[in-house]
Amino acid sequence: MSDDDPPITVYRLQGCPFCERVVRKLNDLGLPYESRFVEAWHSRRDVVKRVSGKRSVPAIVDERTGITMSESGNIVEYLDATYGDRRERAAGPA
Amino acid sequence: MAFDVTELPDTDHVAAGEQAPDFERPLVDREFWEDATLSDLLADAPVLLVFHTMDGDFPATYVWQELDDRDWEDEYGVQLVGLSISTPYEHSRFLEEHDLDYPLFSDPANGVAEEYGIVHDLDGMAGLSEPRISTFLIDGDRTVRHAWVSEEWPEFPDYDELESALEEL
Repeated sequence: MSDDDPPITVYRLQGCPFCERVVRKLNDLGLPYESRFVEAWHSRRDVVKRVSGKRSVPAIVDERTGITMSESGNIVEYLDATYGDRRERAAGPA
Repeated sequence: MAFDVTELPDTDHVAAGEQAPDFERPLVDREFWEDATLSDLLADAPVLLVFHTMDGDFPATYVWQELDDRDWEDEYGVQLVGLSISTPYEHSRFLEEHDLDYPLFSDPANGVAEEYGIVHDLDGMAGLSEPRISTFLIDGDRTVRHAWVSEEWPEFPDYDELESALEEL
């Protein structure tokens, strides 16, 4: 909502395992993100459709790269490919 | 015939001229919810923070229908923002059912009401407390410009008085 919001927004359902998988990956990579919760009813996912073109969750919007993406497998792959070296960097030299 | 109203005890609530306590809770609109703070909202415009009863039945409905009819957002550039102990799912239904387009904070543990000194322990609903029906008009510095807290149960805001406060904003 404010200017200092994290660049990654996750559209998610409470307790949805695929969403949790994405959230785990974000946490593993130390990436800040903002959660927007929608509901399981497809009729209650208009915002996700508008943002990503599909009603499926999880979906992420990454303002840093301009990428919007659905499906947890794709998202995890994307996060690894884009930010995968972050954890090593954050940990610093051994 | 007068209604037999219940008087509520005196309370040391946040008053006009004081700083409104900041807080963070899920903020629900018709499409999704996300964590938001009061100061996030104040960065955009002054806020009329409306504490209401849990979503459903007449008290919450009365308050929001009256506020909706008055169209203050357009007239005074104020944001109307609600807060109750209802969950995000209930807020979402409430907004849809009454065709309302205002964001509502969800605070089931009633901690914000504690910060504001307006807790109402509900008789006959063991373990439940919610805010007293209250309104706080808060400007960009987070200063309370007008505060109204119900002293009876139920008691509804004096909307005309509130409108005068908005005119002075």
